[in-house]
Amino acid sequence: MSDTPGAARKGQEYEQTLDRSDKNVAAFQRQHSPIEKAQHVLHDNPTLVPVIVLILSLLIFWAIAGGRFFSAFNLSLIMQQVSIIGMLAAAQSLIIITAGIDLSVAAIMVLMSVIMGNLAVFMGIPSVIAILVGFVGGAAAGLFNGLLITKVRLPPFITTLGTWSIYYALLLWLSGAQSIRGTDIDTNAPFLKFFGNTIKMGGANVTYGSLLMIVVFLVLWYMLNKTAWGRHVYAVGDDKEAADLSGIRTDRILISVYMVAGFVCAVAAWASIGRVGSISPQSFYEGNLQSITAVVIGGISLFGGRGSIMGALFGALIVGVFQSGLRMAGVDVLWQVFAIGWLIIIAVAIDQWIRRVSA
Amino acid sequence: MSDVTPVVQGRNLVKRYGHVTAIDNSDFELLPGEILAVIGDNGAGKSSIVKAICGATVPDAGEILIEGEPVHFTSPIEARERGIEIVYQTLALSPALSIADNMFMGREIRKKGWMGDWLKMLDKKEMERFAREKLTELGLMTVQSITQPVETLSGGQRQGVAVARAAAFATKFIIMDEPTAALGVKESRRVLELILDVKSRGIPIILISHNMPHVFEVADRIHIHRLGRRLCTINPNDYSMSDAVAMMTGAMEPPDDLRAA
Repeated sequence: MSDTPGAARKGQEYEQTLDRSDKNVAAFQRQHSPIEKAQHVLHDNPTLVPVIVLILSLLIFWAIAGGRFFSAFNLSLIMQQVSIIGMLAAAQSLIIITAGIDLSVAAIMVLMSVIMGNLAVFMGIPSVIAILVGFVGGAAAGLFNGLLITKVRLPPFITTLGTWSIYYALLLWLSGAQSIRGTDIDTNAPFLKFFGNTIKMGGANVTYGSLLMIVVFLVLWYMLNKTAWGRHVYAVGDDKEAADLSGIRTDRILISVYMVAGFVCAVAAWASIGRVGSISPQSFYEGNLQSITAVVIGGISLFGGRGSIMGALFGALIVGVFQSGLRMAGVDVLWQVFAIGWLIIIAVAIDQWIRRVSA
Repeated sequence: MSDVTPVVQGRNLVKRYGHVTAIDNSDFELLPGEILAVIGDNGAGKSSIVKAICGATVPDAGEILIEGEPVHFTSPIEARERGIEIVYQTLALSPALSIADNMFMGREIRKKGWMGDWLKMLDKKEMERFAREKLTELGLMTVQSITQPVETLSGGQRQGVAVARAAAFATKFIIMDEPTAALGVKESRRVLELILDVKSRGIPIILISHNMPHVFEVADRIHIHRLGRRLCTINPNDYSMSDAVAMMTGAMEPPDDLRAA
């Protein structure tokens, strides 16, 4: 604009004094108090909280319950115990990152395990095909949730509250409210129990299911952080309108998220057969809420767009560590439930505090 | 003026919503290299006509030509593919995502080779390099890091990111909707400088604004919109702000020679 230095700048009369004003206002403001600094660090790395809590709880229970708790055997057992809820939490994380919630994850999982069992054990269909049918069914159940949320424009909470009942009723009908016994699975379709196999390393008993959980988390982490799809998932959860205006087809992203979550539930269904040893329509009835618990403790914001899926893995492990540690310390089960309740409340309170960070 | 092909031209555009006629046989044109301000009272239909141009709404009648060629956009995504960028009043940024993520939202770059083709892996390094380059070009690198979330930026810096995003990808023109409405005096000044900077790169700009001083300062021509149509287009050097306000509110008749056909 002005090639002659010092030439009167085109501007408003009232702005002429701006040249002398403090130019630092647009610069980054530094906070000084250590608490504010901590708030900033946590804001940038929301997964730090569950990591710290996990390490602290491991150390505390080690101190209380001793080497019996902090043994390779017990730690691998904790992994095994949280593997199914962990996978459900992975599915739940995807949905919570989009600012949604899925109350039907465990119902989808148990429904798919019943379908896999019925096909492979009673109808003599090869296990591999039964499992693939379950995978397709899981994605279809997720698709149904996604269509209701995007096309019929129902809130995710209400949608999945409804489909939870629908899928639960279906699984009771398909199973006749009867379990499929482990011995029947062993004779007719042992492959369904594949993820119950273990690798023995030192004193540790690592089940294939525990490893599958880790793989599920790593794959989803990759998808969320290293692909355009993942960036779009975060953008939709962060500010759907802004994502729309940026040219993201938000409905398509949401539907895909519910489908991937349904698929992960079906993968968990296969693993759950190995974990439980049988197929019971009554199992994992509290799985929906337990998956939300793990996600929330993992520092993923229920308001969407914030948090790492790895947080849900740490969240699930924290719950497992608390249950195992309190049990070994001889504490009544009711106090385990009590402690988990406090963990949820504290986790959400910390999330709110972090979100209030001043720019 | 008639010998130049307008970058975008609207002819006899009509848009009705039920009984309301939002655009009433209006014309519109943006010339190469200019800043065209669009002013008008609330409800005059400024945003309706701009939405019709960028594909956010489909006009009921009339035609839109881009560099002389008729187009029929049905969504802003199609307009964007033709090099038309919009800076929304709400900015359309995702607060928790980084500056680089926001700049490439919806047009991410994948890695070359099998990592990109098969694993769909993003080329974050390249995106960050490009974003840094674009921000530096516009003198916006007061931000600490290209990976910091947008929510840690000030209002003016956010506006800067939105303008830089538009400037980086626009090849035809940029529409800016009230870019200074939410900003303080100093930040507004910065954004006006940015607008002139973008113009100096040869990209024409449609500026929708209520702020007469800002309009008169940066605009080459002012399109006055009244009652759903273009009332006239004036040169800011020939008229005062009060004339413009008088015309857009109907208190003054537009000069006959400028009256739109």
